[in-house]
Amino acid sequence: MAFGTNDKVLTKELAKQIDLILFAHENDGSKLVGILLDIQEVIPNHYIPTEVAYYLADKLDVKVTTIYDCITFYSSISDKPRAKYPIQVCNSIVCKINHNDSLFETLKELLNIDLNEITYDGRFTLESVACFGACDVAPAVRVNGKVYGHLTTKEKIADMLNELI
Amino acid sequence: MSKAVCFMTKNFGKYDVKSIGSYMAIGGFNALKKAVNMTGEEIADTLATAKIKGRGGAGYDMGRKWSQAKSVIADNKVVVCNADEGEPCTFKDRTLIEKDPFNLIEGMIIAGYTVDAQNGYIYLREEYSHLRPLILDAIKQAKTYGFLGENILGKGFNYNIHLYSGAGAYVCGEGTALVESIEGKSGRPRMKPPFIKQCGLYNLPTCVNNVESLSLVSSILLDDEKKYLNYGTEGSVGTKLVSVGGNVKNPGVFEIPFGVTVRDIVYGLAGGIVDDREIKLIQFGGASGKIATKSILDTPYTYEDLRKAGVGVGSGAILVVDERTSVIDFLRTTQEFFSHESCGQCTPCREGNRHIKLLLKKVAEGTHTTDDLASMRKIAKIMAMSSLCGLGETAQSALVSAMKNFEEDFQIK
Repeated sequence: MAFGTNDKVLTKELAKQIDLILFAHENDGSKLVGILLDIQEVIPNHYIPTEVAYYLADKLDVKVTTIYDCITFYSSISDKPRAKYPIQVCNSIVCKINHNDSLFETLKELLNIDLNEITYDGRFTLESVACFGACDVAPAVRVNGKVYGHLTTKEKIADMLNELI
Repeated sequence: MSKAVCFMTKNFGKYDVKSIGSYMAIGGFNALKKAVNMTGEEIADTLATAKIKGRGGAGYDMGRKWSQAKSVIADNKVVVCNADEGEPCTFKDRTLIEKDPFNLIEGMIIAGYTVDAQNGYIYLREEYSHLRPLILDAIKQAKTYGFLGENILGKGFNYNIHLYSGAGAYVCGEGTALVESIEGKSGRPRMKPPFIKQCGLYNLPTCVNNVESLSLVSSILLDDEKKYLNYGTEGSVGTKLVSVGGNVKNPGVFEIPFGVTVRDIVYGLAGGIVDDREIKLIQFGGASGKIATKSILDTPYTYEDLRKAGVGVGSGAILVVDERTSVIDFLRTTQEFFSHESCGQCTPCREGNRHIKLLLKKVAEGTHTTDDLASMRKIAKIMAMSSLCGLGETAQSALVSAMKNFEEDFQIK
């Protein structure tokens, strides 16, 4: 999968999937935030491509500026392609005092990428996010909605990565 | 000896959270059945008698909130459940939903009945998306059993619950930002007035309650022996969920009667500090809360005693930080959080956070002057007085309390 190229993202198949999501949300433009999140989940790189944003504006009769207002406002919605497994490392205070710095360093070393970069095979991105309420298992990461906690050793971190194929 | 109690957590682990039948087998929906034979005023009065304060952080009297919502005259009203638990170190609402989802649904239906609403909305933060299927399934089952929909329990009461998702914005925990987000827009807080109790979601009168507040309703209504009133102190009746985290051995959510000491919570329930280190500071109520030295350990955990000690209950979070972290590093992390989460709409919050961040950097480097400290105090005060919403108003709570309680950390070098 190439990144940053002009490959057509909005295939017939994806349009069909999007239509199903819109149907589940009753084609209701006021449910935009939930719609964007659901669409982002079915797109392999977990983002909202430009074509999709315009497609939604048309289908929902919502201004494209409203759509981009949401995309840029909310941290959980991205307009840039991410990896198949975006690794969100909690960077809030509870994880910080439970040594998320060594978690960051170990992830960088194991994946050979820096923050906000994508691995060569498109599998992982490393992201820094605000508290996701897993303070009882700090330090923690969240990958596609699943929380992995107590990541205190290199072994545990490697095991977590190996689970994500 | 453990000081934890089981009043609102009594259902935890007692039923299959995926089955309404299992919930009903332990008395589920009895509170709703009782409620529909009462008037809305009577229900609000019952909550007022129990002196329940809203559990989201602001601590507004819940009985009063419901009776005000009931008295608003409108054809259509809504109830909103704020499940956008974004304060760092707060995870009690997550636990309540995970372990007792039907109780929340029941509390929301009672809320709808009390204030004459037709619709209820649960606003769940995106970070808890794994709880969506559980809630959706609970709503579906409640509908099948006739607890939601038309003519509920034959009382001519029509009510439905909808689940909406946040998308990773702390500010959406603020009432007006939350309703903006449900309406499909970016979550920037509105100007007040009008207050959302008169004109909120879709311009309808809106009654917003925290997950914990709603989860408490069923137990209160069924508490014929007034057991709840026996817990706590005169000024802080009942029990509270606290989420304890940081450098403690046993982080987690505990239900405590008001009045146990902070030491009971930190050392008794949370097991003390990892490797038995010394405590540097304790923050109460999340990132927007104030911080104290370990001298607060013997203070009873009540609204009034914590206020007297210069902190507050807030969201119920108790973050314990050991001696390895410096106060300034702690504040810089908190500042980082607010700089990221400020929506940027109003000047005091947007600019204030930015300048405090720069000034804290100087303090960390030891290059700050007396003027810098004065500037910090001034900016913090302006933010608290003139920000548009609670985020800007409380963003510098930790800093202000630190400048008072940890003066030596700000000394000019």
